[in-house]
Amino acid sequence: MAGIVSYGSYVPYRRLKRAAIAQVLGVAAVKGERAVASFDEDSVSMAVEALRDALRGTPERDVQALFFATTTPPYAEKLNAAIVGAAAQLPSEIRAADLTGSVRAGLSAMLQAADAVNAGAQHAAVAMADCRLAAPEARAEQTNGDAAAAFVIGAHDVIAEIEATASVTREFLDIWRAPGERFAHTWEERFALTQAYTPALSGVIHNVLAKANLAPSELARVIIDAPNARAADECLRALKIDPGRVADPFAATIGQAGAAHAGLMLAGALPAAKPGDRILVAVAGDGADALLLRVTPAAAHFRPRHSVGGMIESKGDVSYAAYLKWREILPTEPPRRPDPDRPAAPPMLRSEQWKFGLVGTRCIACGTAQLPPQRVCVKCRTRDQMEPYPFADRRARIATFALDRLAYSLNPPTVNVVIDFEGGGRFLCEMTDCEPEKIAIGDEVEMTFRRLFTADGVHNYFWKARPRR
Amino acid sequence: MASKGIKDRVAIVGMGCTPFGEHWDKSVDDLLIDAAYEAYESAGINPEDVDAYWLGTMGSLSGLTLSTPLKIPYRPVTRVENFCATGSESLRQACYAVASGAYDVAMAIGVEKLKDSGYSGLVVPQPPNDGTLGNITPPASFSLLAPAYFKKYGLDPDKGKDVISRIAWKNHRNGAKNPRAQFRKEVPIEAIKNSPKVADPLGVMDCSGVSDGAAAAIVVRAEDALKYRKDPIYIKALSFIAGPGEGPMSPEYDFTTFPEVVASAKDAYAQAGIKNPRQEISMAEVHDCFTPTELVLYEDMGFSPRGTAWRDVMEGFFDLEGKLPVNPDGGLKSFGHPIGASGLRMMYEMWLQLRGEAGPRQIDNPRLGLTHNLGGAPGRCVSFVSVVGKSLG
Repeated sequence: MAGIVSYGSYVPYRRLKRAAIAQVLGVAAVKGERAVASFDEDSVSMAVEALRDALRGTPERDVQALFFATTTPPYAEKLNAAIVGAAAQLPSEIRAADLTGSVRAGLSAMLQAADAVNAGAQHAAVAMADCRLAAPEARAEQTNGDAAAAFVIGAHDVIAEIEATASVTREFLDIWRAPGERFAHTWEERFALTQAYTPALSGVIHNVLAKANLAPSELARVIIDAPNARAADECLRALKIDPGRVADPFAATIGQAGAAHAGLMLAGALPAAKPGDRILVAVAGDGADALLLRVTPAAAHFRPRHSVGGMIESKGDVSYAAYLKWREILPTEPPRRPDPDRPAAPPMLRSEQWKFGLVGTRCIACGTAQLPPQRVCVKCRTRDQMEPYPFADRRARIATFALDRLAYSLNPPTVNVVIDFEGGGRFLCEMTDCEPEKIAIGDEVEMTFRRLFTADGVHNYFWKARPRR
Repeated sequence: MASKGIKDRVAIVGMGCTPFGEHWDKSVDDLLIDAAYEAYESAGINPEDVDAYWLGTMGSLSGLTLSTPLKIPYRPVTRVENFCATGSESLRQACYAVASGAYDVAMAIGVEKLKDSGYSGLVVPQPPNDGTLGNITPPASFSLLAPAYFKKYGLDPDKGKDVISRIAWKNHRNGAKNPRAQFRKEVPIEAIKNSPKVADPLGVMDCSGVSDGAAAAIVVRAEDALKYRKDPIYIKALSFIAGPGEGPMSPEYDFTTFPEVVASAKDAYAQAGIKNPRQEISMAEVHDCFTPTELVLYEDMGFSPRGTAWRDVMEGFFDLEGKLPVNPDGGLKSFGHPIGASGLRMMYEMWLQLRGEAGPRQIDNPRLGLTHNLGGAPGRCVSFVSVVGKSLG
């Protein structure tokens, strides 16, 4: 039966202290801080980060389906999963879909992936990410967090087998957002708690445990996520789950990560799981889905490169004012520079491998790695003796850098770095997630997929360098 | 490289140059008419005496940009563009046309109207692309030179800042003596050092002036020159080099040199028969788009041995009263940098200096002058070097 083969997660570098929001707005502060996607990140770019990590455990060519789950897709029309797949270097012969509309989309995507594997796909990839926006003064502005998780589902060498699933779908009004609206509306809390989420969650949890003939006390780890946090608490109480068995919800460190939240909690819980452990995952939203996992001995052999805990530790603050500018909630004076041009479709198609995959070339004649891709070798001048050469996972060091205070940016100064890759290749690109005054020649960097800017509704994705995390 | 040159085969017999600056009251047409007619008058010719034109401009499109306002009567007008070296490229083409015998009299003219855009700094339009070309402005890309040079030659950042600030100070000091310069006053070195940061360590005062302007030259074969005037100037060398763009791709490149400039200087010196530029060149106009550029150029052009230009700067070697005055007219820094016009503006200063017409900036009896013009960025640029003299041989 299908199960999780590998997984990855992503927490953006920036943190916003909730007290800083409260201080500006004069509202009550929730404890802790929340993760904030940088001005050059969105749900697609964060999903790419998590998926690249998850795919380290699986040969990309064996993936036959990709499901991207988010409530904040960068494109309302245009397949967001296609961008994720291109950046993660998945093959083009692949089924791909966006799942959206509810925070339940993340777990729904895992169920779809499991179905694909059960129907014969060798592997199906799931990437879930969210960058949920709430209006200033909303409690959700403080409690939301931006993050991503990704899973590769397969039938062999699974680290956690899917023992049972259950779903219920109910039409009720609690959270809604019409196209074009930036902030979601919510109904009164008691209604959703008593009439919607608690009954839906209780129902799917009862069903999935019954299918596996399991008592709640036999669960090693429990992950329950609901738009209304009290609904999760009530279910846990009703099931008599010991608080020690509840997976860390990262409430004080990351925040509620929308469609990615349950996946993020699962990615956080898996490293400590022991063979035979039962893990329950249940998510509410216009009904609920539940998934019961049984951890296998193979779990001991897989470790993602980045753990959730490690990424929580790797952080830098962002001020509330900068956050409001990044999200364009606070309009600012435009620069006296032209708006960037939208990238053009034909050149983007021609350079798909380069733009989305950061695939350069290496000269077969002299072995020199080079980027962007070339036909005539920069070193030996040999023509058309090039092989594709991926740079995305290679580390590099800063040869020199420039702080550009004139270039258009939501987060000036723009930091440009000249970097030299391990194994050859030099590139001039932007640097992100850094403190400009601390950059030094010789610093080690790694590559990250980002949204450079948006022009005429076209999101321009490409790669930047960032300090090694 | 087989670059034979056209030493002493072409002469400049007339030039014009508008003041550079904020010409809110003048259009591209006005600037072209002003520069062209000053050049006609300078050469003592009428518009119909010019057989062919080369127009250098980055933003003003075709030959019709010139032929329409001047009402040129059905003659060839070629628009050329080669980044910030555009004006020099138009001169080079006009010189070759005359040297070949195809035409007797040609005009090279360059123009740019930058102030109408309303933007800060230079904006270079890009063809449709895949969105991966980067977002680096000219000051930031040239700022890469400064830390690399300072580190390689052991200058701490404060000392390095002193050196580049002194280059700006010198050019403003020269420009203060020039009635056609955009900025006509000396600037205290502290004001330069403390100017608002644009691309660390460069401040606003390390950047060339964004301006409007035009300049023009009339060229004829050297044998015909004395028919036009008794004091023409002669082309000794014209070199233009486009690099393969290795800098941003090759880890060997260290951002302390422009290989294209080294190549074009070497070529120009060979054409002109110059063995020791530090001794033989009387004065130079170089492409000081940003102060570290001028520092690196001194070494690339052989004015200073490697690693020593900063010392020459501090000792005043390149000052107006120094052994080798550089940018006596104020340079891009103080005279201003309307892209297509700059290369011809540099030549205009040679025209004045070699003929003793530079007024308070006059250098004592110059014999050979050099202009250097570049376009692009460190590691990936085009470079032009000319040598001109006041006598044949």
